[in-house]
Amino acid sequence: MSSEWPLWEVFIRGQHGLNHRHVGSLHAPDAEMAIHHARDVYTRRNEGVSIWVVRSADIVASAPSKKGPLFDPANSKVYRHPTFFDIPDEVGHM
Amino acid sequence: MYAQLVKTDAARLRTLDEMDPQERAFQERIDAGEKIEPKEWMPEGYRKTLVRQISQHAHSEIVGQLPEGNWITRAPTLERKAILLAKVQDEAGHGLYLYCAAETLGISRDEMYAQLHSGKAKYSSIFNYPTLSWADIGAIGWLVDGAAIMNQVPLQRCSYGPYARAMVRICKEESFHQRQGFHIMSVLAKGSDAQKAMAQDALDRWWWPSLMMFGPSDDASVHSAQSMAWNIKQDSNDALRQKFVDQTVPQARFLGLTVPDPDLAWNEEKGGFDFGQPDWDEFYAVIAGNGPCNRERLQARKDAWDEGAWFREGLSAHARKKADRRMAQAA
Ligand SMILES: [Fe+2]
Ligand SMILES: [Fe+2]
Repeated sequence: MSSEWPLWEVFIRGQHGLNHRHVGSLHAPDAEMAIHHARDVYTRRNEGVSIWVVRSADIVASAPSKKGPLFDPANSKVYRHPTFFDIPDEVGHM
Repeated sequence: MYAQLVKTDAARLRTLDEMDPQERAFQERIDAGEKIEPKEWMPEGYRKTLVRQISQHAHSEIVGQLPEGNWITRAPTLERKAILLAKVQDEAGHGLYLYCAAETLGISRDEMYAQLHSGKAKYSSIFNYPTLSWADIGAIGWLVDGAAIMNQVPLQRCSYGPYARAMVRICKEESFHQRQGFHIMSVLAKGSDAQKAMAQDALDRWWWPSLMMFGPSDDASVHSAQSMAWNIKQDSNDALRQKFVDQTVPQARFLGLTVPDPDLAWNEEKGGFDFGQPDWDEFYAVIAGNGPCNRERLQARKDAWDEGAWFREGLSAHARKKADRRMAQAA
């Protein structure tokens, strides 16, 4: 029987009021140890002010094969970007 | 570098026209500079080669702690001790980033440890040499981390996403490693005659093993060509070695130390140094397990794993107990 500790994904909030960002993963027996390990492995140089850890097994991911059906529909909707609309210069900043 | 002699299973390099449509589409993504991510389709050879390369790299980071760890309790000042401790701790971190990257390819952590402990998986030849004096710690940071940087920097752009991202983190930390080593060397080189002799002795012993880190010439190797086609290797071993020599020789001269190579000479025409070849018989002997410290290093890793078992099991038992309690409360 494998006694390997479960895998956790680590998210760190940087100093500058940003979102938590995925930085990597690690093995730990429980959530408390995962936070301790994340501190040692991913924030040795003040990289963060807050840590989230989540069991990798609990993450639900979109399938790579669904990339087309999921994301292609956005390609044709260029009008969602402000650059789609020409505004005359004399209107000024908008 | 930390992954020497990585085999690819390729008998020869195939052209796009010889590949089936799936593999061809994969190769075209790599040629276009796209990153391959876990769970996406990849040729079995690509997956296997990466597992070998990344796990070798990870094992090197972990075993690489041992020669330097030897001097943590013997560092000459409290500040040097704190710096060395931080450096060695970084190497543990590098090993962990890389093990996680390898795990995304479907191998487990326990399997990788088992391969290291059984001698099946290799690690860099450089860590099988002894650290005899404090100057060796300077030489390792300056030369060994310096050589590692040479191939880790291009690997930040390699085709496999998790490996490339691990390399970005690692490269951010390596510069500290090299500079602290160079700083140790420069203090010794400016010191008493005895200290200067210590620095020279360390350079004499670490120079050739450092050149061996890049591995033997691979210009004619099909494995190397395949790895380059997959963009998990960017430069030939000889090209990286040349770059390392060109960068390091002026630094040695700045320190007032002599590189122990009678063939070393500036070649105006190629704009680089000509230099001698390391003893490749020695290299193959070290890779085969017969270097000065192979047995000691492997035994130290096995002992750490076996003697830590009670602690790992204790933490697991504690985690199970807490989880059971939560279940009971919720019920
Ligand atoms: Fe490292
Ligand atoms: Fe390093």
